[in-house]
Amino acid sequence: MTASAAIGEPQEQRTGVKAAATGLKDRLQQFLAFASLITIFVFFSIASSNFLNYSNVTAILFSTVVIGTLALGTTFVIITGGIDLSIGTGMSLCAVISGVLIVKTGVPVLLGVIGAVLFGGLIGLVNGFNVAVLKIPPFIATLAMMLVAQGLALVLSHSTPIYFSKSPSYTSISTGHLFGVNFPNAVLVLAVAAVVSAVMLNKTVLGRYTYSIGSNEEATALSGISTRRWKIIIYTLAGLFIGLAGVMISARLASAQPGTGMGYELQAIAAVVIGGTSLSGGKGSIVGTVIGALIISTLNNGLQIMSIAQEWQNVILGIVILVAVYADMARKRAV
Amino acid sequence: MGDAIPAARTAAGGLPLLLHVQGVSKGFPGVKALEDMQLDLHAGEVLALVGENGAGKSTLMKLLTGVYTVDEGEFFLNGEPYEPVSPKQAQDLGISIIHQEFNLMADLTVAQNIFIGREPRGSRFFLNERRLNAQAGELIERLHLPLRPKQLVGSLTVAKQQMVEIAKALSYDAKLLIMDEPTAALNDAEVEVLHDLIRRFVRPDTGVVYISHRIDELRRIADRITVMRDGRYVGTRETPETTMKEVISMMVGRDISGEAKPVGARADREVLLEVSGLSTKALLKDVTFELRKGEILGFAGLMGAGRTEVARAVVGADKINAGTIRLRGREIQIHNPADAAKHRIGYLSEDRKQFGLLIEQEVNANIGLSALRERFQSYGFVKDKAMRATSEEYVGTLSIKTPSVAQTVKNLSGGNQQKVVIAKWLAKDCDILIFDEPTRGIDVGAKEEIYRLLNELAQQGKSIIMISSELPEILRMAHRIVVMSEGRVTGTLDSDGATQETVMHYATLRPDEHPEDAAEIGLTEPALSGTGTTNSEET
Repeated sequence: MTASAAIGEPQEQRTGVKAAATGLKDRLQQFLAFASLITIFVFFSIASSNFLNYSNVTAILFSTVVIGTLALGTTFVIITGGIDLSIGTGMSLCAVISGVLIVKTGVPVLLGVIGAVLFGGLIGLVNGFNVAVLKIPPFIATLAMMLVAQGLALVLSHSTPIYFSKSPSYTSISTGHLFGVNFPNAVLVLAVAAVVSAVMLNKTVLGRYTYSIGSNEEATALSGISTRRWKIIIYTLAGLFIGLAGVMISARLASAQPGTGMGYELQAIAAVVIGGTSLSGGKGSIVGTVIGALIISTLNNGLQIMSIAQEWQNVILGIVILVAVYADMARKRAV
Repeated sequence: MGDAIPAARTAAGGLPLLLHVQGVSKGFPGVKALEDMQLDLHAGEVLALVGENGAGKSTLMKLLTGVYTVDEGEFFLNGEPYEPVSPKQAQDLGISIIHQEFNLMADLTVAQNIFIGREPRGSRFFLNERRLNAQAGELIERLHLPLRPKQLVGSLTVAKQQMVEIAKALSYDAKLLIMDEPTAALNDAEVEVLHDLIRRFVRPDTGVVYISHRIDELRRIADRITVMRDGRYVGTRETPETTMKEVISMMVGRDISGEAKPVGARADREVLLEVSGLSTKALLKDVTFELRKGEILGFAGLMGAGRTEVARAVVGADKINAGTIRLRGREIQIHNPADAAKHRIGYLSEDRKQFGLLIEQEVNANIGLSALRERFQSYGFVKDKAMRATSEEYVGTLSIKTPSVAQTVKNLSGGNQQKVVIAKWLAKDCDILIFDEPTRGIDVGAKEEIYRLLNELAQQGKSIIMISSELPEILRMAHRIVVMSEGRVTGTLDSDGATQETVMHYATLRPDEHPEDAAEIGLTEPALSGTGTTNSEET
């Protein structure tokens, strides 16, 4: 850090400089995250001849969908200064719910999908209630929910996968090609979800309160805002994304796998954090989260193509998280 | 401008000056924080250093304690050139600083805090807790402090926490003690105790640099007063030979109009808010008062008397056990601050950073926060343009000094931050504004502006509750004064008859022990208004 001399400066004396730089700084942050993604991309393109082609890039996007969807909802929660550990197993539970509704009960696919998404909302609602009303720390509340969801998914599915082999329209939600071209629907779903999230976070009252709760929850409450209610709403929103992710993963696999969700929550949180969202709350963006999710799936894909063992992929991902967060913090201090 | 200090490094008697600052300058990219600053501290004296926020006091202190290094100029300590390179070195040379914001660990004991980093060891790896407590006990004894070594610092009052800081600073065998705003969080009685402590510390070979915003107290503690403005030395005065008015005008570079009394008595105005029998589990007992339209109602009392608790209970931030709140004659239920905001009651906390502002966010986001759903949205979407326009309007009318409404609030000065909080509640169109220590941590010039603003708001028909630990401020601003002690209202005074002495009298009443005493004084005290809020009529 060459800018160490500037770090200790009194705040008030930098007023003018900072004011002009504020907007630029935010954009710079996203630009740098994007630049790292490109760098990774270029690296793998050079390192392996099998990396840069239409089908592989599509595969990367396709594999971003589940983590990306989970990460979108989690972005809101993390900006409030909270955390949601229940998104991975919650996703499995929602997938199972979808299977139970569509395969076992014979509910029409559309209703099954809506049911699964709403069930995700219910998981989030319970999380929100526990966090906002019972005041259980988010880490604990969602850790408990993570275990509950894991167990319920196994109970409801009798610990066996539920196959959607008789519902081709269900699997087409993920693997179908809406516009005829060879481009999976799942990516479109993620794109739409990301745009909706970005609009909600940046343009709506909900988004504004998400930031203000994360900046200073007590001051927000004393400003006459029912932080309790808004936190419940935000966790519920994250829950809806859990439900959507459950649909997307089970549609992709053509089956609801009750035991596979654990671990996704950490990948999703990693995506959010790599994207520059602060775990202490108040700061973050959807664009960053999408880029973070893309970085993770690009790394996984590229390392796999280069035949690096799964174990080492995790090691590398861990290091990437450290570097990304450290770089983000250093950047913020320097500006 | 400015009195020249003789370049000599010795005081009149030939003794070296304890501290001599000569021609010190310090710049940061784009700004000159200090220019040709000078300062003399004699051994055995308390020197007050005053100046508005941003005058450069903190920069000077950071240079002195080795946090920054000087660009130009020199320091001399006891006549020797002194170039501190680290806070540790400054400490070793006997310079201790007590910052405005304490560096204490709430979960550790008094003794553990005082000797943090220097714990006596039993052997290489084990602490000797008994010796630690004994050493702390000795120190506390020597300083006559009302502390016990094993108390948890988090359980102490602000005043006692400060004593821990002082004990810590003095435990380094300090020769030069720098105190940055030591009384900002103290009430008058606690300030007395602190001043006692300082007087005991000052011996022929030690000295104190005392930085303060509270001009009124300088006369009581400082031997001389050095004023700085805009990073420069303005002048030094012997305390007995100057007036506070002169000091203030040196600080701000202009004359302050001074004592503006509130306009007219408001006894005829309609009663807006009636609070009766308010009690909380923790502290408040049977608190009753009324607030009239266009009135500034002062709340006075010692630290811990329950003034902030009344405010928090009224706005629903804390739970109440008993009591009713009537607004325009109708009883209302307030369970949380959202309910209070609906009834147009806004609370401006004493701790702006923790309870008032989104410090990392823009001026705009802060001003629009409370009124967001009401004024700045349609169908859930934020109307950014309307919000920005409103924010800009308030930046103009309240003259908030900021380059733009996109500025991050943390970069504004205390006075301007306070105005941002005021703007937030004005945007919400509040009828009742509860100000908790509205001028805490705000410099003199900005204080005057806040006072003027409060008067204007009252004239516009807003009703204001003003909680303050600064008696002159309350006496000057309030139409009526509610005085509290130990969770109860012990008197309600008209500001016409009220003096510092009468207010202090009620503030120090022990309602639990001497109810009959309170009653007696209530009957004989002409300044009491007959609003039924004294103990005499309660019992």
